[in-house]
Amino acid sequence: MASDEVKVIGAWASPFVMRPRIALNLKSVPYEFVQETFGAKSELLLKSNPVHKKIPVLIHADKPVCESNIIVEYVDETWSASGPSMLPSTPYDRAIARFWAAYIDEKWFPSLKSILKAEGEEEKKAVLAQVEEGNALLEKAFIDCSKGKPFFNGEHIGYLDIAFGCFLAWLRVTELAGGHKLIDEVKTPSLSKWAERFCNDPAVKPVMPETATLAEFAKKIFAKPTA
Amino acid sequence: MGETEEVRLLGVWFSPYAIRPKIALRLKSVDYDYVEEDLFGSKSELLLKSNPVHNKVPVLIHNNKPILESLNIVEYIDETWNASGPSILPSHPHDRAQARFWSAFVDDKWFPALKAAAITKSEEAKEKGMKEVEGGLLQLEEAFVSISKGNPFFGGEAIGFMDICLGSFVGILKAREKLKGEKLLDESKIPFLCKWANEFLSDDTVKNVVPEIDKVVEFLGELEVRAQSAVSKT
Repeated sequence: MASDEVKVIGAWASPFVMRPRIALNLKSVPYEFVQETFGAKSELLLKSNPVHKKIPVLIHADKPVCESNIIVEYVDETWSASGPSMLPSTPYDRAIARFWAAYIDEKWFPSLKSILKAEGEEEKKAVLAQVEEGNALLEKAFIDCSKGKPFFNGEHIGYLDIAFGCFLAWLRVTELAGGHKLIDEVKTPSLSKWAERFCNDPAVKPVMPETATLAEFAKKIFAKPTA
Repeated sequence: MGETEEVRLLGVWFSPYAIRPKIALRLKSVDYDYVEEDLFGSKSELLLKSNPVHNKVPVLIHNNKPILESLNIVEYIDETWNASGPSILPSHPHDRAQARFWSAFVDDKWFPALKAAAITKSEEAKEKGMKEVEGGLLQLEEAFVSISKGNPFFGGEAIGFMDICLGSFVGILKAREKLKGEKLLDESKIPFLCKWANEFLSDDTVKNVVPEIDKVVEFLGELEVRAQSAVSKT
């Protein structure tokens, strides 16, 4: 009989890996964090995620679950009795949460990444404009989804808070590197307050890297010579 | 909440993504109004208003509230009309995660690879792309065998989430076979998926919803002509 053991294969710097860790913390589920070495993939990872060979992977009772947002839903459904629901209660609000989570992964985060890689002022300006446009949309989405409550999910951190909040450390690193504020009290007042609440939450704080540490790491990986 | 719930679907006849909510609505026996968007023309006011972020179909409008993204719409339909018809998503969390994983694979990796291989002018890129597509089908074959456990569909006895996701592309695969002689649904390589594809197309909920293969063939041909003339204009 497989034990109920939970493992998360990941890396401390990955925002995607932060997602299942936050979810497990919210449900008070103990787990073993198995860290991958940067640049090499372990046997366990290759065996558990043969299709994509990517982190994070959750292994529960010996069965792997892959893809960060899918893992968050799995955690929510499996440990439904151990904490508030991470998805809203109505089908419509759930669809909205999923829509914005997909937007963040498919559009918003790729543009954020491009800021760090942008070459020259023109490109940087264009990408910054994209991210700011996205932030304005997400500011409005926050107001609509939260309905006056502290988080996208209402009273408690949920799926969409996790999907977006996991990028906050990288966002701060990008702001430092570019000398340009992306989420602040003037442009995105609601998001700015939400970001602080999110980062200080006990389920998030232990897994969110310090901006300085992440900035050092970013320098290392982005300093690689281009092929 | 009234006796008649207003359900509208904005789509485009050719779009595999628009086929998905149609199948889901049929599975749940939900009546709806279908609004065909102009594929090559301008987008309707209703579409632009309902999907201001992406301006894309399909869009489901239920009691004036828009729901976007085809697989999101399918989940929404499953949850909203949960008392009618079979459950579209499996019930066990691990099976649900599997269904979501493989549908993400189809939408984020497999179909984009097919699209890229179809469009590219480079023979080398086309060959490499098609190899990726065939490799993907082999992975999906393996997934099907393990998930279906001897039943006709990924969802078991009835069509489910993953069937709808992958099945929405079967018409295109069959059409490309006719148009290009490209045998992606090869019984010698993926026998289970080939059998599944035919089961899917002959299912009552799918039969009158997917476009006829010959219409798709004609349309793919037209798309190609348009692509050529666009290239020659630049």
